[in-house]
This record gives sequence, C-alpha cells and structure tokens, in this order.
Amino acid sequence: MVRLGNARSDENIKGWLFFLPFAALASVFFFIPLIGALLLSFREYSLLDGSPFSAGRWIGIQNYVTAFGDPTFLRALWNTCLYTGITVPAKLIISLALALICNAKIVKAKGFFRTVYYIPTITSSVAISIIFLYLFKADGLINMVLAKFGVAEIAWFYDPKVALPIIMLMATWAAVGFYMVIFLAGLQSIDPTLYEAAMIDGASEWQQFLNVTLPCLKPTIFFNLVVAMIGSFNIFDFAYIISGGLGGPADSTMTIVLYLYQTGFSYLKMGYASSIAFILFAIILALTFVQKQFFKEDAE
Amino acid sequence: MNKRESAIRKNFIRVCFYILIGTYALIALFPFVWAFITSLKPTAEANNFSIPLDKMSFDNYLYIMKKFPYLRWFANSLAVCLGVTIGSIFINSLAGYALARMNFKGRKVMFWLVLAMMMVPVQVLLVPQYVILAKLGWINTYQGLIVPYLFSCFGTFMMRQFFLSIPRSLEEAAMIDGAGRFTIFWKIIFPLAKPAVAAQFILTFVGMWNEFLWPSLIAKRQEMYTLTVGLNSFYNQYAQYWDQIQAGVMLLSIPAVAIFIIFQKQFVEGMTMGAVKE
Repeated sequence: MVRLGNARSDENIKGWLFFLPFAALASVFFFIPLIGALLLSFREYSLLDGSPFSAGRWIGIQNYVTAFGDPTFLRALWNTCLYTGITVPAKLIISLALALICNAKIVKAKGFFRTVYYIPTITSSVAISIIFLYLFKADGLINMVLAKFGVAEIAWFYDPKVALPIIMLMATWAAVGFYMVIFLAGLQSIDPTLYEAAMIDGASEWQQFLNVTLPCLKPTIFFNLVVAMIGSFNIFDFAYIISGGLGGPADSTMTIVLYLYQTGFSYLKMGYASSIAFILFAIILALTFVQKQFFKEDAE
Repeated sequence: MNKRESAIRKNFIRVCFYILIGTYALIALFPFVWAFITSLKPTAEANNFSIPLDKMSFDNYLYIMKKFPYLRWFANSLAVCLGVTIGSIFINSLAGYALARMNFKGRKVMFWLVLAMMMVPVQVLLVPQYVILAKLGWINTYQGLIVPYLFSCFGTFMMRQFFLSIPRSLEEAAMIDGAGRFTIFWKIIFPLAKPAVAAQFILTFVGMWNEFLWPSLIAKRQEMYTLTVGLNSFYNQYAQYWDQIQAGVMLLSIPAVAIFIIFQKQFVEGMTMGAVKE
C-alpha cells in the first residue's frame, strides 16, 4: 500500500516537472500579459509610467467608450470587417475550386501544382508586399499593361479608393495555397466507396459533389473558415508595410491591429491599445462561437 | 460512337482543367519571376519592362551584402529560428508527453487550458508582453526575440496527440527494466515521434523565418534586425533602387521556399494534422 502511494506521488511530481517549462513560460508570456492587458485596458498608461499592474490612472471603461467614439478606430473596424467579408469567401472559394480540379482523377501532377500554389504562402509578407509595391507603382508593370488597353495611370497605393482592395487582392493571392493544401488533404480522405455507391445509384457528378463531397468536407471547411476568419481579423503585416506603418492614405488601409500597434507603440497610449485588443478578442470569440453553432446544427 | 463521344468529352474537360490550374500556377509564380528578373538588372533598367540579357548579373546581391549588414541579419534570423525551433520542440514534447501519459494532479485542467489558450489572438498580449520585456531589459537582445516563442499550445497539443498513439506496452517494458521516466521519454518515446517532430520543426522554422511584427518591436538596433525587419528598413530608405530591393526580396524568400520544396511531405503532413482528422 505504502509503495503504491509513493509511486503515485512520485508520478505526480515527475508529471509536473515535465510540464513545468511549458507552465513557467506560459505564465510569464501568456497569463501575466493576459491579465496585464485586461487591467491596462481600464487605465490610462504609458510605458514610462512604471509597473503595468499598478501605475497609471484607473479610468474604468473610459477606454472602451473612447474607442467607439474614435473615428479612426471605427474606420479600422469597418476596414477590417470589409477585408474579412471579401477575402475570406474569395480565399475559400478559389482554393476549393483549385483543390477540386487537382483532385480530379483525370488530372496528373497534383503534387507539382500543390507546390507551385504554396509558394506565395511560404513567402514572407514583407517580401510579398514589396513585390506588389513594385508591380503596382505608378510607372510599374500593371499600369504599363493597363495603358496598352487605354486605361489611364492609376496611383494604386496612393488612392484611398483602391489601396485596400489591392491589399485584399494580394492577401487572397498569398493565402490560397494554404487553404488549397488543406482542402486537398480533406478531399483525399473521403472514402472512395461513397462515390462508388453514389454512382451505382445513378447520381450525376454535380449530385455527387452536393451529396458526398460537401458533407464529407464539412470539418475541413469549418477548420479553414475559422482559420481564415481569425487570420483576417488579425491582418497587420500587409497594411503596415504597404502604408509605411501609417494606415493611409486617409486611413483607408487602417486595420484594428495596425491601429492597436500605432496607439500602443507610436503614441504610447498602452491602456487604450489594450482596450482595442480586447474588443478584437471579443469579436474573434463571438465569430468562432457563431460558426461553431452554425456548423453543429447543420452537421448533426 | 457513344464511347468515342464520351472520350472526346473527357479529353475536353481534361484540357479545360489543365488550362484553369495552369493559369493559376502562372498567377502564383509570375510576381516572383518578375521580381527575380528585376533583381538581376542594373538600376537604370529597373523601371523598364525589357529583359536585357547582356546586362544582367548577380551584382545587386553582392552589392547589398556590402551596403547592409545582410550577413548579420541572415545570421540573426537563422539563430532566432534555430533557437526557437529546437527549444520549443523540446518544451512542447515534454509538456505533451506529461499530458498524454503522466498522471499528475490537474492534468485535465491543464489540457483544457492549453486548448483554451489557442483561442486568444497573440495581438491581445502584445502590449503587456512588450512592457515585460522592456522591464527585463530584453529589447534588442536574442532572448527577447526567442524566449517568448519557446512554448506553443498548438505544438504541445500536436505532440500529445502523437504520443497517445504510441502503445503503452513499450513504456511498461522499459519501466520493468527499471528505466526512469525521463530516460523512457528521451530514449524510447521521443525518437518514435519523429514524424510529428519533423513536421513541427519545419512549421516552426518557416513561421519564425517570416515573422515580422514581434521582431520589428524588439529589434530596434540595426545589428539586431532579422531579415524581415532588415528588408523593410532597406525598402523604407532606398525605395527607388528597385533592382537592389528585389535582390533583398530574393535573399529573404529563397531559403523558405527551398526548405518547403525539400521537406514538402513533412510540411503538408504537419499542416493537415488536426485539420482533416477530428
């Protein structure tokens, strides 16, 4: 009996020792910052003020009230929603179409196409932004080609009407490979006997797609949708590099995370930046929850 | 007749399919090809659309390596990537093994916490993380670039799932022989987890290689820049030298693309783990 008890407490200590490095790092770089961010969001705090847990003036929900009356934040929120609303469906539809074609029996060299499509995804956002800045500059290749069709020169990234759409275009281009690889893996995991059974029942290819492919692909679609939504709401790199960190012209490329970065690290209003971070967190949680409900109801 | 018609139809569809995916392959590759061609041109030609074969060379690559501490940035990126990758695989594997196989008190709660942590976007933590690092004096240091990345919830979850699939009898046999827990983990279990480790190695390495937001906050002095931060500052200072900038783009992109092409199988496996199987 005694030995068994010892073994058990021994296992308890060893288990915690194995888990300790993770737990220690997660405490310092996750849980303390998380609590810190929550506290900061109720304070007026700048980096120079001392400890983030005690310094600064407590102002209650004032930061949150300020955010919803701040035209730049509202613009950032609108831009981010617009960006998500357009790029998420675009990314998923294009990648699903490519995955379906590559997965067709009559298509060979699937691996080759998968590799090529993935190259933009594996490339740094800094490199991609700079390549697009080059292609879309005033006397760049895109304007040159458009001029051949009689289109007047467009100042892509300097025009508040087109700057964000071009960022959407490059973000979609850069992400399609990622979702395509996951869709392809999902398609390849569908049991082929399901298609055989559908064919025996005389189902057309379209009917097979609707009644076999789509239902079997549901978990993969859900995964891609959640990842795409979260990624879109966190858009930062492209907007930051393209606009030189300013979100311009005229706030047209300002996104939530870019504004968070600006208020926190350029204007050093870290309390306000933290309240923006929690608004973002709340939006992402709500969206994930809604998607989960939607898919659950549909699947079962 | 009918058979021939259906064969023609099948061929027609095949040609259409190839045209569609071929066109998209061109769209995916063209910007890189154009950037690469530009990187070989002299500055005077960078705004032209011709391809002057006789004037093309790798001079821009040599030139930017002299003009900027490119080799230093490259070494910084490599050091950060290797430090994070090796450290986090070890830490995540230990945690994953404890969650999969060891009966410590609070195991269920910890597992639940690891899953819940995945829901929090890292941007929420940005400001306080920066404050903590500033207080520690870790701005402009390697530990500031590496340590906050040394644990990963996704990585721990992935390792746990993998360890669960290893039969318990292997450990039990070693335990009867009197081996300690760590010996069992290090000598028996960890080597068996090679596929999961390989996948994590590549995902983490490439992810860190391309990381921009955090290094741009931590690496403020030029000699601490990683390649992404260095290239962005290069672009901000010398925007008119498109040929040299594209050479910088290539120096940043080619290692990641090369790693992807070489380790593609492990990469795709790692990425789709958890996405396809429930």
